[in-house]
Amino acid sequence: MDTIKETSGAAVAVAPKKKRHIKKSHLQLYSLCVIPALLVLVFNYLPIYGLLISFKDYKYSKGIWGSDWVGLDNFKFFIQSNDFTRTTWNTLELNAIFIFFGIVAAVLVAVLLFEIQSRKAVKTYQTILITPHFMSWIIASYMVYAILSPEYGILNRIIEMFGGTAIQWYSIPEVWTWILLLCSLWKHVGMDMVVYYAALMGIDSSLFEAAKIDGANKIQIAWYITIPTLVPLITMLSILKVGGIFRSDFGLFYQVPRDIGALYPRTDTIDTYVYRVMREIGDFSMSTAIGFLQSLVGFCMVMLTNFIARKIDPSRALF
Amino acid sequence: MEKSSRTTQVFLNILFVVLCILFLIPFIMLISASFTDEKEIIMNGYNLWPRKFSLEAYKYVLRDPTAVVNAYKTTIIFSVVSMVLATLLMSMVAYPLTKRDLKGRTGLSFYLYFVTLFSGGMVPSYILITQYLHLQDTIWVYILPGLISPWYVFMLRTFFQGLPDSITEAALIDGASEYRIFFTIILPLSKPVLATIALFTFLGRWNLWWESMLYINKRDDLVSLQYLLQKIMRQITFLRENSTVTLTEDMAATLPSESVRMATAMLVAGPALVVFPFFQKYFTRGLTVGSVKG
Repeated sequence: MDTIKETSGAAVAVAPKKKRHIKKSHLQLYSLCVIPALLVLVFNYLPIYGLLISFKDYKYSKGIWGSDWVGLDNFKFFIQSNDFTRTTWNTLELNAIFIFFGIVAAVLVAVLLFEIQSRKAVKTYQTILITPHFMSWIIASYMVYAILSPEYGILNRIIEMFGGTAIQWYSIPEVWTWILLLCSLWKHVGMDMVVYYAALMGIDSSLFEAAKIDGANKIQIAWYITIPTLVPLITMLSILKVGGIFRSDFGLFYQVPRDIGALYPRTDTIDTYVYRVMREIGDFSMSTAIGFLQSLVGFCMVMLTNFIARKIDPSRALF
Repeated sequence: MEKSSRTTQVFLNILFVVLCILFLIPFIMLISASFTDEKEIIMNGYNLWPRKFSLEAYKYVLRDPTAVVNAYKTTIIFSVVSMVLATLLMSMVAYPLTKRDLKGRTGLSFYLYFVTLFSGGMVPSYILITQYLHLQDTIWVYILPGLISPWYVFMLRTFFQGLPDSITEAALIDGASEYRIFFTIILPLSKPVLATIALFTFLGRWNLWWESMLYINKRDDLVSLQYLLQKIMRQITFLRENSTVTLTEDMAATLPSESVRMATAMLVAGPALVVFPFFQKYFTRGLTVGSVKG
């Protein structure tokens, strides 16, 4: 069978003698994987072992294994606290809003951009819309500050110009749902749109010509040809995004509201909370427990959404 | 028909121009503020156009540019090193994954894929890095974690699979080793996807700040660019809040905090803003390169 192909002299000489039938070329392939696999082992798998400390009262001096067991106390304490409902609710609600508006905006922009005939204009718009993607949330937080700063921000000055009173943006949690949504859209819509735009480019142009000959107008074409083409893609991408609904974009929630305590009721998500419990309170076991819980639920969500995705369209499911 | 189509075009273009302006306003605010006289900002706030042009903020930052220069140096070093290592190492593991007859191929795929599904989270990684690997306060803390990203590995694998088998088979028959095939045939043929992966990695590292915040405590020269910005933002706030007693109104006004912030932000964001859009084609290609199944 395969041995016919095995023309490498050394391999042929060795193969019959030894019991192991590993081709030399395969050994070489394995050796290519060693370093990457080790890196994954150290930086991705070892921390999973560290989850043990969520069942312990972790003390640096005693180490991971030597610290005292406390069973599920850390989990119980967190679940019974107010922070649990607040952070979980914030994470879920904000992510749901971001997913919904994010997809609507990306599809809308893609469909409209697709209608524009001038190639040059399309390129320019696309470049500008993608640019925010290259900025970090820290830069974004500076920009948001220049707009919203209570004393110097441009928005308050515009409000005052029209006779309104300045608003203390950084002390009203409720408005941050929408401020963060705008930030998220600003940063992501350009990149998110690309996938839909590419799908539209893939539509057979004879479909459009046929529709035109039949007398369909732009809106009819968009509604009966363009949008239906995107529906499978939209369904898949939203299902997959829902899979990650328990994870939040740490930079967005930590940097843009500038970690201001007054905004926590709205901007504090599971990820920022875990960070603060570790950094400010120094409770390693508790923050690990919260992270563990988040990972577990997140895992189930991905499994569930992938299961659904597979039912709809196996070729698009992740696994 | 022609005419209505033209009005639609005009309408659509106006719509997009407005959208683009809205997208650019934050950038314009930043640029404008960095060139505005400090007192002007204190009196009249930020504006879309510097009403009183001044280079004071830039002069102030560049009077002692050590922090900015160090941050640039550190960030360039770890971004370039990570980019090269990540692209190389991920290709190295992606190539064997294309060999259908390789034993353990699915196992290896799963081994990589699993980490996207479940992770130990922040704290165990923090303990590992600080107490076992002792990477804190070294440049390696920016480079080593996250070198292997399963998504990119699968993207590379998909691309490698698209290369014609006949080339590698012919080389194998000619007695070439897999190393040779990988380095002299596969990699040169895969330049577009390698460029995409390299750029994604570079951009990701360029914008790092989390690692600085967690792991760089004693070595100020190893702070990343983005984190330097965060520090400046918080430091000035700190100075303000703690200096009300000692600083008179006048002194507070000469401490050019508002415009200096924005000037530093510009020094950090500016080059990226100019350079990255040039490579846009590679970034967008990465999104449409095809499925990245595990």
